[in-house]
Amino acid sequence: MATAQTQTAARLMMAPAVVLLLGWMLIPLSLTLWFSFQRYNLLMPGQEFFTGFDNYRYFLSHPNFWSALANTLILVGGVLTITIIGGTLLALLLDQPIFGQGIVRLLVIAPFFVMPTVSALVWKNMLMHPVNGLFSWIARVFVVQPIDWFAQAPMFSIIVIVAWQWLPFATLIILTALQSLDEEQKEAAGMDGAGPFPLFFYIILPHLARAITVVILIQTIFLLSIFAEILVTTNGGPGVATTNLTFLIYMQSLLQFDVGLASAGGIVAVILANIVAIFLLRIVGKNLEA
Amino acid sequence: MARAISTRRKIAISAIAWLVAFLIFFPILWTFLTSFKTEGTAIQIPPKFVFFEWTLENYVTVQERSNYFRHFSNSVITAVGSTIIGLLIAIPAAWAMAFSPTKRTKDVLMWMLSTKMLPAVGVLVPIYLIFRDLRLLDTHIGLIAVLTMINLPIIVWMLYTYFKEIPVDILEAARMDGAGLRQEIVHVLTPMAIPGIASTLLLNIILAWNEAFWTLNLTTTRAAPLTAFIASYSSPEGLFWAKLSAASTLAIAPILIMGWFSQKQLVRGLTFGAVK
Repeated sequence: MATAQTQTAARLMMAPAVVLLLGWMLIPLSLTLWFSFQRYNLLMPGQEFFTGFDNYRYFLSHPNFWSALANTLILVGGVLTITIIGGTLLALLLDQPIFGQGIVRLLVIAPFFVMPTVSALVWKNMLMHPVNGLFSWIARVFVVQPIDWFAQAPMFSIIVIVAWQWLPFATLIILTALQSLDEEQKEAAGMDGAGPFPLFFYIILPHLARAITVVILIQTIFLLSIFAEILVTTNGGPGVATTNLTFLIYMQSLLQFDVGLASAGGIVAVILANIVAIFLLRIVGKNLEA
Repeated sequence: MARAISTRRKIAISAIAWLVAFLIFFPILWTFLTSFKTEGTAIQIPPKFVFFEWTLENYVTVQERSNYFRHFSNSVITAVGSTIIGLLIAIPAAWAMAFSPTKRTKDVLMWMLSTKMLPAVGVLVPIYLIFRDLRLLDTHIGLIAVLTMINLPIIVWMLYTYFKEIPVDILEAARMDGAGLRQEIVHVLTPMAIPGIASTLLLNIILAWNEAFWTLNLTTTRAAPLTAFIASYSSPEGLFWAKLSAASTLAIAPILIMGWFSQKQLVRGLTFGAVK
């Protein structure tokens, strides 16, 4: 349908975006790959040499890598569990007729717009502080021993903060999907005598499956790279209790200046993210055809 | 009778919904309230909720001691700058893909999306070294460049899904009426494309404003936006809750308001059109 002339014009219009993204992806990534095979520390300039897979061997055999991998999975898994279950319940609630629905919606989605450093510091200090925090006061009102959140349950505390930030996203997407559900279908099921639970598990949940899958995949991409929340609350500690893969690589590169090792870690992180990305791209791609 | 039950049901559900919404919003409300307290009142137990002496002193101190306005304008410059440059690059690309698609258009779109999935740590080391050698660390230009690149795929995608909805028939109708290509673009397509461009702009300013990996790693003082400035409150000796709250309130207020306006586009933008 398009003529040769418009084809050329279209190519020219796409060229800047394609060339820039190609450069942004290929240049740094090939440098990372190159560095990952080098013995290269910024504190020892002029002593770089090729080491083959030594960095990978060291990185993958170091106990910190395995604990960082475990922490990454716990963080992603914990936040996903809370946001998917909470988001589904919240979406079901907000889908009901409510007085002041618009305002309720605004309040619920607000946390998503709070910058990560702000939410992490506000939660850590003003809510979770073991002495002056609001939670410790509430605990004492109910005559319960207050918890020192970041000392006793550091990873759980970070999961709570990140889940608070992402709950609105899950809710909003699941709610959007919920509202596209055919009202007649629900009514028909109701007339056939289906109670609320069968209705949820046989009609609503299958309808939400796609939206929930999208939430899981998109959140996973972002959650694999959680950084600021860890930096301003625990700095990866105590010990390495809250160091995830992103934070481990950050420490190796910008604090220990070990370019080679950090690059090997970076490549490992890229491979892990790609496994998730393949699934997400397949789903989005299917939708593109429809 | 049935009506009475449904009204009672609506009241009950509303009460639950309002309670849940209040709890979710509470940390933001608490930050807002604390920003008007003195440091002494801020850490007081039992906490004061509304009945305390309201003061604006924290807002004044935050500006005087740390030049808050500079960090605020850094955020504005980098978020708005990167979004506008991103739009200038993305509009022609999305336009071409939406209006003269080829067999490969879908592959190009998918490939663009895949670059978004590259984890930042995978390229942290080379970007940091390149920036160091080009003296781009802690500069507006450097930060704008990175923010543009990380959001470009989202901008292209959002614009593409909006442009795709503009009916092509209308072009033919205009052409029959004797409109030239330029008239077509100026009078027919542009007015229809502007709402999509506006929501893309809004969502991307929000994303760039809140970006907290590159802003923390590539800036120190001069070009540090609010994300990095607020992070400086994490040191134990700097625990001033009322001032942290004042700085935080100013940092999130503009974006919260923009976010509330663009909530409909949020779903579409962040799911790349997979959920509408």
